[in-house]
Amino acid sequence: MATVELRFSALPEHVRTARLVAAAVARRAGVDEAVLDEVRLAVGEACSRAVGLHEIHGITAPVRVVLVEDEKQFSIEVGDEVPGPGGAAAGGADAEGVGENDAEGEDEMGLAVISGLVDDVEVTSGETGGRIRMSWPAHPAPVLP
Amino acid sequence: MDLSLSTRTVGDRTVVEVGGEIDVYTAPKLREQLVELVNDGSYHLVVDMERVDFLDSTGLGVLVGGLKRVRAHEGSLRLVCNQERILKIFRITGLTKVFPIHTSVDEAVAATD
Repeated sequence: MATVELRFSALPEHVRTARLVAAAVARRAGVDEAVLDEVRLAVGEACSRAVGLHEIHGITAPVRVVLVEDEKQFSIEVGDEVPGPGGAAAGGADAEGVGENDAEGEDEMGLAVISGLVDDVEVTSGETGGRIRMSWPAHPAPVLP
Repeated sequence: MDLSLSTRTVGDRTVVEVGGEIDVYTAPKLREQLVELVNDGSYHLVVDMERVDFLDSTGLGVLVGGLKRVRAHEGSLRLVCNQERILKIFRITGLTKVFPIHTSVDEAVAATD
């Protein structure tokens, strides 16, 4: 079980870096080329959401991304440090509410995109913060002699 | 890769050509551009997304915001996109029902409701 961990200051400009790293590690782990776009998008959404939550709550701690390469799957966990129920469980998706400068609306849309893209996704939140865990099947290339 | 934006007028339409990545960092630039156009009286917009490499929900939010603004002036916002990976995002969020999506700028400019 190989792991790559990334921690970045909760700034929008670093979300792209997280996308690039996640795509590179996913490719290495043997995730299908066709699925890499989905990995990139899902990680971007999860990180954008975490950055937004840190900004809203004035949290200076970094956002944490853990990429784990297993034998049969590749998983990504994006963690924020906003305690409590967080934005994840708040309200239902309301198309009318989705608009610019609407942090809650964008948060909902981000989660909607993630759940539309990823079959295996888990959103949890606890005292130390929230996390989004996603995984994809992976078929690592056989090790050459 | 940053976001590139350029605008041109075709008849009564304003075509906004977008290139690069629209994400949480660059989306505010696109928002400013759309707000500026509407404030200057351009209410019929065509957003050409053929050179967009990446679009996330923040970008979708900006486009929905743009649509709200032009609709307030009985205007329109049409998209031009043929890229499957971008179209997929509109599909899974149900926004294909909200935006008219065209295969070329010519088609979008000629379109009427």
